[in-house]
Amino acid sequence: MSRLCLPAAAVPYIGMGGALLGLVTIFACASPTFASAATATAIANQIPDLVVVAVGMTLVLIVGGIDLSVGSLLALSAAVLGVLLVRAHAPLAVAVPAALVTGALAGTVSGAISAWARIPSFIVTLGMLEAARGGAYLITDSQTCYVGAVVEWIGAPLPGLRLSPAVLTALAMVAAGQLLLTRTVFGRHLVAIGTNAEAVRMAGIRTAPYVIAVFALSGALCGLGAVMQTARLSTADPNAAVGLELSAIAACVIGGTSLLGGRGSVVATCFGVLIIAVLQTGLAQVGSSEPLKRVITGAVIVAAVLLDALRTRMSRAAS
Amino acid sequence: MNELLLELSGIGKTYAAPVLAGVDLAIRAGEVHALLGANGAGKSTLSRIIAGLVPPSAGTMRLAGQPYAPDGKHAAEAGGVQIVQQELNLIPTLSVAENLLLTRLPRRWGVIDRRALRAAAARILASAGLAALDPAQPVSALGVGQQQLVEIAGALARTCRLLILDEPTAALSVSEADALLARVDQLRRAGVAIIYISHRLDEVARIADRITVLRDGRLVHSGPAAGMTTTEMVALMSGETQAAAGGAWRSYATDRVVLEAEGLALPPRLHAGSFRVRAGERLGIAGLVGAGRSELLRAVFGAERASAGTVRLRGRPVRFASPAQAVASGLALITEERKRDGALLPLSVRANTSLGVLPARAGVVAGAAEARLAERFRALLDTRCTSIEQPVGALSGGNQQKVVIARWLARDADIYLFDEPTRGIDVAARRRIHQLFAELAERGKALVIVSSDLDELLETCDAIHVLSAGRDAGTFARGDWSRAGLMQAAFHNHLDAPVEVA
Repeated sequence: MSRLCLPAAAVPYIGMGGALLGLVTIFACASPTFASAATATAIANQIPDLVVVAVGMTLVLIVGGIDLSVGSLLALSAAVLGVLLVRAHAPLAVAVPAALVTGALAGTVSGAISAWARIPSFIVTLGMLEAARGGAYLITDSQTCYVGAVVEWIGAPLPGLRLSPAVLTALAMVAAGQLLLTRTVFGRHLVAIGTNAEAVRMAGIRTAPYVIAVFALSGALCGLGAVMQTARLSTADPNAAVGLELSAIAACVIGGTSLLGGRGSVVATCFGVLIIAVLQTGLAQVGSSEPLKRVITGAVIVAAVLLDALRTRMSRAAS
Repeated sequence: MNELLLELSGIGKTYAAPVLAGVDLAIRAGEVHALLGANGAGKSTLSRIIAGLVPPSAGTMRLAGQPYAPDGKHAAEAGGVQIVQQELNLIPTLSVAENLLLTRLPRRWGVIDRRALRAAAARILASAGLAALDPAQPVSALGVGQQQLVEIAGALARTCRLLILDEPTAALSVSEADALLARVDQLRRAGVAIIYISHRLDEVARIADRITVLRDGRLVHSGPAAGMTTTEMVALMSGETQAAAGGAWRSYATDRVVLEAEGLALPPRLHAGSFRVRAGERLGIAGLVGAGRSELLRAVFGAERASAGTVRLRGRPVRFASPAQAVASGLALITEERKRDGALLPLSVRANTSLGVLPARAGVVAGAAEARLAERFRALLDTRCTSIEQPVGALSGGNQQKVVIARWLARDADIYLFDEPTRGIDVAARRRIHQLFAELAERGKALVIVSSDLDELLETCDAIHVLSAGRDAGTFARGDWSRAGLMQAAFHNHLDAPVEVA
């Protein structure tokens, strides 16, 4: 990235930061308890799993794919984590890497089938969504697995910092993801492939390894998300994270990542997660019902995409 | 009979450059009017203007004495002007009947009336001599020839005073083509005017009443077909005047053969294509559209897998399974469809130039080095852009092409395959690219240049290899070639009998 395009790259963040600030202001006016450190901490400690999964989703969308299996991969990785810790009494240093590898392997399978057999990743990961969920039930015998103190510290605020190790890890993943995307050859090739895979192939670059690597990375991040969620809930639950793929895609889309590939930002996705989380927490605090929360969240997702489409059209008309 | 149906006066069309200028033409009812010309002569543009698909930039038309300025295909069809284009407009998954009546499906209480649909389609097919065809079968189950006939039947089912057939027999077998020609003859007797575009000159000699020849967007001949030989047609299309050989031209060809292709096949278009290019040589590949020229380059480059044939690189047999392997061996292919598989339109000039050669340290992009690289090639090729950060999609066609070429120059390939390198680009960019050919040849690179523009090949190449209907039709060295000879070779495999060229 050269200095020339930095201001242009910062524009969407200013818009999203503004939207987030607006939401916070509205809720602060509507509810006396909203604007408090307690609320901020609560939100922050609730979202690290969604953040890391959405980081992976952003990369998958940028390369022109989609991963519908992230919720199931998280449950599968959580199942491996829980069973290793509780039934096999394995140490955390073994169980956590095992969870990450589980997610990465499942992602590799999806990516390899999609890239080599040229099947849309939508279909392959739809299959993986079912298969991995089934796998999670098999591993846990369909039982919720109480893990307890071994992992709880990961989700608990650090003394004097108010933020948990999970939150800090998630922030590190956002930073790493953004750097990977904008500063490395790997990231630049992801954008190129998502923009026009055939042109990249004709330029003599093999696209399959990139696609497979991105799905593997997304899977590994699901494994990381599984550790964070297990820490937050103290249990490894095979029913966990149903529908997580939709929240992750929503966060990416709010952040302006294109479902057609070639355009997106990890930082913007993080803003997307924050907007969803603030909206949900805020609505709960002003006492809106669960169904109404869902109606409003849905409307906000569509409104964000509409705004993004308008912005793109206007900048195209200007140039 | 023979009343004036369509009059064109001063018709012109300009895109980036003029493709058609000052065409006056009269089409009479009940005549088969053949429209001939080399690639890019303006035949398709002219027929698209008449059919209302594109508006002319200049000139007027009159249909049956009334001013005629269709603002779309529908307006033209309402006036009884129908076109059947080279690319078929049928929807493969729908049935023959549904395709024939797509815009006016018979309905009963809002639901498609299957029985009426079947009956109407059967009537249309019977009147077009296709009674044997089952209207219920999907179009995808038919061969290309039958699809063509179905499309023509559909055009005839609407009011039809003027029918434009653009290369109707290109994909047909001999018997199918005969059936089509018989049908054209019937229509002529019924008083329909037919504009007939075809590369098959023997067919034209058989069926046409009048022949009009376009060359470089201008009408060069319009007259009765009687007594005109295919040789005369070729001569008119190619132009008698030889282009000035250009004293400045010089060869850099060595005698070291670097790339040889032999008998490469990539059905359905390429059946046996061969060439041999030496270091420092500029080899042109000429042929009609659809002769398999692009396929030949794509097969060599590993973009598609050849079904037969061999490739030898510096004397050793190779078979590239992917473009990545070809690139690793020093090949470059500048593709024909710049927007489809060449440029990354939304991305910057910088990102497009550096694709595949990103300067990096331990996987991290060296931004300053990348910018220097892009700037260097922007200056070298004189690419016009506001900055290297401008999206390539915002540039003109010629500058987009320069960016794509810059990518390969940055890779310093040994063998450059160019597929239609200057199509649709402005004169200045074209001149710069021709100059680049010479610069590359001087540095000992081997160039294979596919172009539909014969002048381009005559101007720039050491030798020209001709493909005709997917097969080799001769290689001509500079000095041994003539336009008429090249044109004759290009038509060679389309003719029943060879043409005599004086």
